[in-house]
Amino acid sequence: MTLNMGPQHPSTHGVLRVALELDGESVIACKPVIGYLHTGMEKQAEYKTYTQSIPQTDRMDYLAPMSNNLALCLSAEKLLDVTLPERVQAIRVLLTELTRISAHCVWLGTHAIDIGALTVFWYCFREREKVLSIYDMVCGARMTASYFRVGGLAMDIPAGFLDRCEKFVDEMPAHIDEYESLLTKNPIWIARTRDVATILAADAVAWGVTGPSLRGSGVDWDLRKKEPYSGYETYDFEVPLGSRGDAYDRFQVRVAEMRQSTRIAKQAIGRVRAMGETGEYRLRDFKYVLPPREEVKTSMEALIHHFKIVAHGFFPPVGEAYVPIESPKGELGFYFVSDGTSRPWRMKVRSPSFVNLQALPVMVQGRLVADVIAAIGSIDIVLGEIDR
Amino acid sequence: MSLAPERVEARLRERFPGVVFERQRGEAVRDFTLFVPAEHLVEVCTFLRDDPELAFAMLSWVGGVDHLPRVPRFECVYSLLSLEHVARVTLKVRVPEEQPRVPSVVGVWPTANWHERETYDFYGITFTGHPDLTRILLPEDWVGWPLRKDSPLGYEEVAFTHNTPGRMQPSPALRKLAPKKVRYRAQ
Repeated sequence: MTLNMGPQHPSTHGVLRVALELDGESVIACKPVIGYLHTGMEKQAEYKTYTQSIPQTDRMDYLAPMSNNLALCLSAEKLLDVTLPERVQAIRVLLTELTRISAHCVWLGTHAIDIGALTVFWYCFREREKVLSIYDMVCGARMTASYFRVGGLAMDIPAGFLDRCEKFVDEMPAHIDEYESLLTKNPIWIARTRDVATILAADAVAWGVTGPSLRGSGVDWDLRKKEPYSGYETYDFEVPLGSRGDAYDRFQVRVAEMRQSTRIAKQAIGRVRAMGETGEYRLRDFKYVLPPREEVKTSMEALIHHFKIVAHGFFPPVGEAYVPIESPKGELGFYFVSDGTSRPWRMKVRSPSFVNLQALPVMVQGRLVADVIAAIGSIDIVLGEIDR
Repeated sequence: MSLAPERVEARLRERFPGVVFERQRGEAVRDFTLFVPAEHLVEVCTFLRDDPELAFAMLSWVGGVDHLPRVPRFECVYSLLSLEHVARVTLKVRVPEEQPRVPSVVGVWPTANWHERETYDFYGITFTGHPDLTRILLPEDWVGWPLRKDSPLGYEEVAFTHNTPGRMQPSPALRKLAPKKVRYRAQ
């Protein structure tokens, strides 16, 4: 029997269609069909300046907007060959780690709801809401942040921001304990996820799986450690690993990652505080970034730069750059081809969900239909990022 | 221990003395990029994956680029990742406009499947030997290759009086949509 799961199925996390070939309840073949949310973001980027593409990235992985902003900015900065002030890097690390916590909260809540544990969802969304209000505080938007800019940040952090982050980061480990008390030893949860949707390390590598899904199979690969960016090499944290590569291992890896993220965020808060609650928040190279508003009103030079940047954007040299980052879902990167104008000649997005979803048939082959739901949940996909 | 990109190039030249590898140079080519002739792509990729000194076990992504006035017009970009030696290498294949064909590397890395379908979908580059080369993101009945530079961005035209005849007069069909009279119980 052929069964269509989706495209409008609540457990497919968006508009994903999975065509299943079934024999009774076991899956003979599985084919994910995607593209329902395709909006041609890569094409549109060729008609926009680099900065104008930043709001587009919020809409790719809409659960982790700051990570997407960061990936775009890092690639553009590599193209420009600029190094950022340490304070900016620390703020970026702080916000991307908070993003990771909130993205994992959504993942855990929806994954649990798919499997039938409704309660966890409410707890997770309560904490996610706190991260969203932190976004709101820092940039005025709850989900579509667009807070990072090429060469720094859109604006400085507001007063009281660090205290609020610190309060959240201090509370968070207790909340993670709460989630774990509901799930980790829950016999139903274990029955639904232990040895379900298993992918071996060799298969995961061959299928290009990255992020927590790869680490769940026991491969020690975290870009924050292996190819550090934004100064991650100076932070003290561990990379949690699984061993069996099943849905339960991926669950444990992500939960442990949330704890590590609170650790990193805590260190980042300390650093930003040491460097001042207000201070440098972008480069002072006005060929690439907007000059401060006060200077625009008093200095002719700054006014010209302001006008040039707003009207044309900046002009990177002819070349190519790709910087991968460890987003909550895996390796995320923007590949830019520059022809020397202020608009990218080509922007290719390497989105982790797109690649990870491809491994779904490997995970569910020969399993039951109910395991497909657990598998989709455990890969942690966002269709906005897959279809772009 | 990190693997130097120059070592990768030297190893490739050692193994394939007859093949021309060209290093991409430019003002801001920030990653190590090597042009590979299309006919040798699969064997080069297999070697890169299997050689213990290189061990590029993962294919990070595949993409296309359209350099329209330039000949050959297209480029196919492969980003390879060695987990063991923490190294990345970008391979490029030049693809002519008349016969946009590249051998598929699905046999080397299964993950290439969707990436190649996406490149086919966007640029119309055919990957010979691909098991299921169909459109992936666009609808299957779509005509054209949207990311080619000669394909317009495209949008839906907004209805103004100057481009929509009779815009000022509501059409008879619209008049039918006049609000209904609602009778409430209290009356």
